[in-house]
Amino acid sequence: MAETLFFNALREATDEEMARDETVFVLGEDVGQYGGSYKVTKGLYEKYGELRVLDTPIAENSFSGMAVGAAMTGLRPIIEGMNMGFLLLAFNQIANNAGMLRYTSGGNFKIPVVIRGPGGVGRQLGAEHSQRLEAYFHAVPGLKIVACSTPYNAKGLLKAAIRDENPVLFFEHVLLYNLKEQLPDHEYICALDKAELVRPGSDVTILTYSRMRHHCIQAMKLIEKDGLGYDPEIIDLISLKPFDMEAIAASVRKTHKVIIVEECMKTGGIAAELSALINEQLFDELDAPVMRLSSQDIPTPYNGMLEHLTIIQPPQIVEAVKNLMTLQV
Amino acid sequence: MTDKTIAQSVESERIVPHIDTSSLPLTKEEGLMLYEDMVLGRLFEDKCAEMYYRGRMFGFVHLYNGQEAVSTGVIRAMRRDEDYVSSTYRDHVHALSAGVPAREVMAELFGKATGCSKGRGGSMHMFSAEHRLLGGYAFVAEGIPVATGAAFQSKYRREMMNDPNADQVTACFFGDGASNNGQFFECLNMAALWKLPILYVVENNKWAIGMAHDRATSQPEIYKKASVFNMTGVEVDGMDVLAVRKVALEAVERARAGEGPTLIEALTYRFRGHSLADPDELRAAQEKEFWFSRDPIKRLAKDLEARGLATAAELEAIDAKVQAEIDDAVEFAENSPEPDPSELRRYIFAED
Repeated sequence: MAETLFFNALREATDEEMARDETVFVLGEDVGQYGGSYKVTKGLYEKYGELRVLDTPIAENSFSGMAVGAAMTGLRPIIEGMNMGFLLLAFNQIANNAGMLRYTSGGNFKIPVVIRGPGGVGRQLGAEHSQRLEAYFHAVPGLKIVACSTPYNAKGLLKAAIRDENPVLFFEHVLLYNLKEQLPDHEYICALDKAELVRPGSDVTILTYSRMRHHCIQAMKLIEKDGLGYDPEIIDLISLKPFDMEAIAASVRKTHKVIIVEECMKTGGIAAELSALINEQLFDELDAPVMRLSSQDIPTPYNGMLEHLTIIQPPQIVEAVKNLMTLQV
Repeated sequence: MTDKTIAQSVESERIVPHIDTSSLPLTKEEGLMLYEDMVLGRLFEDKCAEMYYRGRMFGFVHLYNGQEAVSTGVIRAMRRDEDYVSSTYRDHVHALSAGVPAREVMAELFGKATGCSKGRGGSMHMFSAEHRLLGGYAFVAEGIPVATGAAFQSKYRREMMNDPNADQVTACFFGDGASNNGQFFECLNMAALWKLPILYVVENNKWAIGMAHDRATSQPEIYKKASVFNMTGVEVDGMDVLAVRKVALEAVERARAGEGPTLIEALTYRFRGHSLADPDELRAAQEKEFWFSRDPIKRLAKDLEARGLATAAELEAIDAKVQAEIDDAVEFAENSPEPDPSELRRYIFAED
């Protein structure tokens, strides 16, 4: 076991997969000589050379389309979005080309590309650098969407994403890169389509992902500290598309109550889709309406206090659990 | 349009520098191959118009009539099934030149399961991995990055994976309208920077639907835009297949030798409207007449006869052979099955 920082876990995953398969390469802004803005590719340029760790001009739509062309012709590109928000500039290539092209071509081409980078609300980075694109891309057919949340799953999931034959949108979180965790010395892979049980419980199912997983854990600590006696089950969705409905259903059948905690905006968010699915598939299991705890429907403000109010905080999760548990059913 | 402006539009046609093709080696076999390829493109598109108006194909259908010398001149200067081709929404003829059988292209237009994209793509989305057709891209300029990626792949295999056989070249086709799009400039920059083996082929047919090229750009001579990227840029008469072939052969040779990309601006004209739904009211009759008189197929026929490579009878025999091929393609498409409804969701993911 070795204590590993989140960004190093991602770097190790990339390094291991590049060593294993010479068709794997990284491209993006400042991934090479600079080592990546969050140091995820540090040292790889020196190790693998400039074509395998390709510093691109600042041309998101074109280098993303280029990666699709390289993937169609047999390579396995990893696009690093310096900030995932920048990939709004590549929306067409991600939606029309990466997502839809295999279908449109009647199966002629497959597109094994990973599109990864930091998303989420950071610390006073302003609206454009604080985006949650997972919701924007959610409707695109043909994409797998994954959000990692710990050094362990970051490494195992990224390796799986690189080996996957399909385009995978891989969300990291700008505030999680310095998390530390003991990682196994042996190689491991995490399944891209499986949710992760963070805390088993029996009272209420909390579905969450990315940094909000850690807010939910904080909320649990508050519940314990205040001796509230609630026993929520916390599940990290990991796969935002498709959802691991099997794991979700198993938990809902146990607790009959659901809270979804997300960082994206409420309108058209991940929780909007997930709550609709739960209502469609598990309505008879529910003792109460599915609750959504989401960010405000506003551009993320710069001011720290306003930013704090924009996203969900642990006390709000405690409050939601309390409300749901005291509901007369 | 007044008579005066019509006259001006014809008088203002760009004078294309004469490219002497007399030194271009051309066997009888090659000459007839070029002729057949162009006739295939022309007659195929004529049949599409007929089938569209008879309600056999649907959607937006953009025909290539008039531009055949560009597809044939470039793609038939490349290695079939090895080199890559990317196209636009006007892609039927590029697909044919790349070797996709007329049957499969026609069946795709009919939406049938036997189409090259299994009936999922349609007119604007012809694909064939077998024939290295990277596809028809329906949004203007979006195919340029994809083609650039295929060219990057060739370089990557050769230099990083030490594959000496990785000398494939990519031809990327797009129109004058795309040359005002950011992806055009971004990709020219990267391809020149990394010396990628690619031909950027602008089919300048003067009109982006109803937007005249001269009204859309501050510099109408597109080939000149290569110079700022330190890239070779050439203009060529897109109605002269031998001139296009000469320019393409040189560009392909440079690309294979690792000397980087070329921007080829082929001056051409579409003989029909933008699509079969376009009333085509903006283009002046005299402008059309001017370009009709420069029909690239008639031009090649004349050149072949002048070189003593073909007789009128031989060319007529090719016309008849191609017509039979197209009739067969229509029959094939008509008799092909519809896609299986149970496979509606197939091909979304690689495992499907």
